[in-house]
Amino acid sequence: MLEIENLEVSYGSIKALHGVSLKVPQGSIVTLIGANGAGKSTTLRAISGLIKARGGSVKYDGEDVTNLPAHKIVAKGLCHVPEGRMVFANLTVEENLRMGAYLRNDKAGIAEDMEFSFQMFPRLKERIHQAAGTMSGGEQQMLAIARSIMSKPRCLMLDEPSLGIAPMLVRSIFEQIVAINKERGITILLVEQNANLALAISQHGYVLETGKILLADSSEALRKNPQVREAYLGG
Amino acid sequence: MSQFLQQLLNGLFLGSIYALIALGYTMVYGVLRFINFAHGDVFMLGAFTGLYVNKLLAPVLAALPWPVAILIVLVLSMAICAALGILIEWLAYRPLRDKPRLNVLITAIGVSLLIEYTGQLVFGATQRPFPAIIPKVNVGGLGGLTVTMTQVIVAVTAVALMIGLRFIVMKTKMGMAMRALSLNPTASSLMGVNNSVVISFTFGLGSALAAAGGILYASLYPSIEPFMGILPGLKAFVAAVLGGIGNIPGAALGGLIIGVTETLVAGYSDVLGIPSGYRDGVAFVILILILLFKPSGLLGKVEREKV
Ligand SMILES: Nc1ncnc2c1ncn2[C@@H]1O[C@H](COP(=O)(O)OP(=O)(O)OP(=O)(O)O)[C@@H](O)[C@H]1O
Ligand SMILES: [Mg+2]
Repeated sequence: MLEIENLEVSYGSIKALHGVSLKVPQGSIVTLIGANGAGKSTTLRAISGLIKARGGSVKYDGEDVTNLPAHKIVAKGLCHVPEGRMVFANLTVEENLRMGAYLRNDKAGIAEDMEFSFQMFPRLKERIHQAAGTMSGGEQQMLAIARSIMSKPRCLMLDEPSLGIAPMLVRSIFEQIVAINKERGITILLVEQNANLALAISQHGYVLETGKILLADSSEALRKNPQVREAYLGG
Repeated sequence: MSQFLQQLLNGLFLGSIYALIALGYTMVYGVLRFINFAHGDVFMLGAFTGLYVNKLLAPVLAALPWPVAILIVLVLSMAICAALGILIEWLAYRPLRDKPRLNVLITAIGVSLLIEYTGQLVFGATQRPFPAIIPKVNVGGLGGLTVTMTQVIVAVTAVALMIGLRFIVMKTKMGMAMRALSLNPTASSLMGVNNSVVISFTFGLGSALAAAGGILYASLYPSIEPFMGILPGLKAFVAAVLGGIGNIPGAALGGLIIGVTETLVAGYSDVLGIPSGYRDGVAFVILILILLFKPSGLLGKVEREKV
C-alpha cells in the first residue's frame, strides 16, 4: 500500500535520511524503530508532505505522491499523527474531531465515526466540550488518534503514540491501535521507541539508524535478533 | 453629565470604526504571526473605492432610497477591497512565507508606502469631499443627546459586521480552519486544510472590514486623502494589541476603548489640562502602558500546549 524508496531528506546542509526504503503492505501493521535522532519522524514528515524529500520516491496505492503538499496527501487517505500530538489547544475535543473530518461532507458518516471514537476512548466523550490543551498528555494522544480516524484514512502513520504516557495507558492505547487495524482495516505504519510493544503488535519491522535502514525483517524475527535485543529491547 | 454621555457616545461610534480595522490586524496576526502594516492603507482604499463606486453608479443610486444606496456602496467596496487584500498577500507576502518574520514586516511597511504614494498619484494629493449618501439629519428622542443618522448607520453597520464575523469564525468550516491554522499550521495542513486558501480568505475578510471602516469613517469625517489611513491604522493596531493580538473579541473591545478614551481626552482637554491636539497621542500612551503592564493584552491568553 505504501512503498518508500531511497528517500533522502536534508535539513539545510545536514543530511537526515540517506536513502530509506520501506514497504507497508495493505492491512498490516509495520513498525519503524530506532534511537533518538535516527530519523524516524523525518521519514514520516517526508511521506506526509510536511518536508520536502531531496531524493527518492513515495508511492501510495501505486501512485507517486512524492512531495505533494500535506493537505493533498491527507485527501488521498494517508494520515499522519505527528510526534507531540499537535492537538488544537484552544479548540474543544469536539472541534478537534470535526477538524479531523475537515475534508468530509457526509454528515451521517461523520457522526458515526465520532461515535466510534467515543467508543474507542470513552474519556473523550466525558470531555467533549473541554479545551484540548487542558487535557492530560494521555488524553491528548487519544484525541490525536481519534482525530485522525475522523479523516477516514486507509493508511495511518503514528509517531510515538507512547511518548510521555504512563505504561498502563500505553497498553490500552496500543490495544486501540490494533483494533483500528483489525476492525476498520486501516493499514498502520507505527514509529516507536518502545520497541517491545511495537514489535509485539506489528507483523513487520524496520530498524533505522542515523538515517539508514539497518535491519528489515518480520517482527517476530526482530524480537529474537540479538542485535535488536541488545540495542532496543534492553538485553 | 449629559455632556459626558454625549462624549462617551461619540467615542463609541469612532471606536466601532477602530474596532473594524483592528479585527483585520488581529486576524492576519492569528494566521501569519505578523503585523500587516499596510492594513491602514486598505482602510483608505475602502474610502476611495466608496467614492468611485458612488460616482460610477450615481444615476442608479440616485433612484434608490438612501439605505439601499449606502448598502450597495458598502458591499461593492468591501468586495473590491477584499480582492485587493488577497492580491496584496499573494504578491507581497506569500513569496516570503518561509522567510523570517522581520522580512515580512519590513515588506509590509514597503507595501504601505507603495499604496500611499500610488494613491497620491491616482487619487491626487488634495483632500477630496466624500459624498453624503446618508442624509445629514439628527435622530430625535434621545433626551439631550445629539445623534446623527450617520452615527446610527456607523453603529448599526459595525455591529452587524461584527456579528457576521463572529458567525463566520465560530460556526463555519472556514472559520474553524482559521482558528485551527492560527493554533497550529502544521496540524491544520495534516487535517487536509489548504493553509494558503485560509490565509487568502483571512486577508479578504480583514480587508473587507477595513473597507467598511473606511467608508463609515469617511461618512463621519467627509474629507478623504491618500494618507488618511495612517493614524486610524496605527490606533487600530494599538486597539488590537490592547485587546490581545490574535484575539477577535479583544480587537473589538480594544477599538471601543481607544475610541472612547481619545474622544474623552479631546472633549475634556481643558479639565485635564491636556491640549485637545494630543488626542492622537492617547492610543500610544495606552500602547506603552499595555506593553509595560499586560503585554498579552486584556483578553489575550497565554497559549498553552502540552507536549
Ligand atoms: N527542523 C530540523 N532542523 C534541523 N535538524 C533537524 C530538524 N528536525 C530534525 N533534525 C535532525 O534530523 C535528525 C533526525 O531527527 P528525527 O526527528 O527524524 O529523529 P527521530 O528518530 O524522530 O528521533 P526521536 O526518537 O527523538 O523523535 C536528527 O539528527 C535531528 O537533529
Ligand atoms: Mg521523532
